[in-house]
Amino acid sequence: MSPTAIWTMYLFEMSRFFRSLVQSLISPVISTSLYFVVFGAAIGRNIDEMDGIPYGAFIVPGLVMLSVMTQSVSNGSFGIYFPKFMGTIYEQLSAPVSFLEIVIAYAGAAATKALLIGSIILLTSTFFVELDIRHPLMAAAFLLLTCISFSLLGFIIGIWAENFEQLQLVPLLVITPLVFLGGSFYSVSLLPGIWHTISLFNPVVYLVSGFRWAFFGTAEVPVGLSLLAIGAFTALCLLVIWRIFQTGWRIRQ
Amino acid sequence: MPIVSVQDVKKTYASGFEALKGVSLDIEEGEILALLGPNGAGKTTLISSICGITRPSSGRILVGGHDVVSDYRNARRLIGLVPQELNLEPFAPVGPAVAFSRGLFGMRRDPDKVEQVLRQLSLWEKRKSRMRELSGGMKRRVLIAKALAHEPRVLFLDEPTAGVDVELRRDMWNVVAELKKQGVTIILTTHYIEEAEAIADRIGVINGGRILLVEDKASLMARMGRKNLSVHLREPVAAVPASLGDYGLELCNGGRTLIYSYDTKSDGTGITRLLSDLQEAGLSMRDLETRQSSLEDIFVDLVKEQA
Repeated sequence: MSPTAIWTMYLFEMSRFFRSLVQSLISPVISTSLYFVVFGAAIGRNIDEMDGIPYGAFIVPGLVMLSVMTQSVSNGSFGIYFPKFMGTIYEQLSAPVSFLEIVIAYAGAAATKALLIGSIILLTSTFFVELDIRHPLMAAAFLLLTCISFSLLGFIIGIWAENFEQLQLVPLLVITPLVFLGGSFYSVSLLPGIWHTISLFNPVVYLVSGFRWAFFGTAEVPVGLSLLAIGAFTALCLLVIWRIFQTGWRIRQ
Repeated sequence: MPIVSVQDVKKTYASGFEALKGVSLDIEEGEILALLGPNGAGKTTLISSICGITRPSSGRILVGGHDVVSDYRNARRLIGLVPQELNLEPFAPVGPAVAFSRGLFGMRRDPDKVEQVLRQLSLWEKRKSRMRELSGGMKRRVLIAKALAHEPRVLFLDEPTAGVDVELRRDMWNVVAELKKQGVTIILTTHYIEEAEAIADRIGVINGGRILLVEDKASLMARMGRKNLSVHLREPVAAVPASLGDYGLELCNGGRTLIYSYDTKSDGTGITRLLSDLQEAGLSMRDLETRQSSLEDIFVDLVKEQA
């Protein structure tokens, strides 16, 4: 294991982010502000409370999760896809580093970016609603785990993708629906019978619920189950990545 | 002990294409080896297998005594690779990109070393430029700088002068000569024969996934080379005299020059006999000239033979 190599790759990835810092940060902040204006101020005014929480505040954890998940996946997938696409990956492949070091660096950088953006969105939301986080440490833990696991997922997508269309496909067809149907903007308990049951198969429900619990102390599913779900998801991603490294799939012919 | 030892390496791609059909090759420390071969001969696959970009299907490769699969960290630390394609991140600045390559190989940050490499390749002035602002030749230099940033003992140059103009090609050869002086072993692939002729110590010819020969450049050319003897005549002739029909002479230059082609390997070159026969035929000579056939001729012969 070479810490120098990991740190080098990590910093190089982060420098890409900082080169376009304004773009990287401004667009999530604007889109979040729009959500607050539409859902919080316009629609939210007609909704009293959700699970006993003012609607404007209720959507904050969901919004943060929404951004963090999509940012993790897109940064994670692009980060490793880009060197593959440009052909610069020959350097990592011929360097004295293992796949593990590459994953730590690239997924780590993607997770850092997502965490930064998530924090800024959280900060932005305090301009719109009053927030009082009940379990700040648990909130941080949920946020961090989500960043890491979805960055790993993004890494897998980046390895798998053979063109830019495929790179967009999974986030568009899988992640976005799961996140929107995962109770970001509503309580899944509001859904009628069968839809509620189906929702419980959506892993995002557990993440949003757990994160929301850290904020308000109320959850739709037990918080232990949420932790278990994110733990299992992280493990699954790691397992897939380990297999990719074993076989050199789509990387080393 | 050879610094690079390739032992019966075979590589079949998933598509079923057999790129290497059992290649064995030893490369001595400090030498410049040129691997010559037409497109699709297996040059890049061989280099990629040594450097860790492709996995050989069978066989063994040692670099500095380290197996490139089981002991890849120690093996790869010794290797610098300059790929054929100009693979560079368009928005990254030159200086940090070169420093990145050093760090990637686990080496301590060393701005002095990076500066030295950049200066050696005349890139110091461009250190803040982004890759996309550079010309093709400059990009090639950056790739070499990246490969040298971690002070490798073996440098692989895959078609280093493909698509590079003549002046820059000479520059590149000077860089290679400079590196050789520093004791770096250099393996380069090329299909420019003159390049191999100009800078290599040994030449390997590869085609169809097999090494056809590896030999000292001078001895290869001496052993296999054909020579041409040009006989310039005082008075032009209309046709080759019938008495000289056995020599396979070629008449050119408006009947003023006869060209005799002979094999330097054979015991008798036939020159003495030809000259006396020329005299007997009543031809008067103004000048004689011999020319060694180039590597290109040797190469074409070899590849043709195999086909």
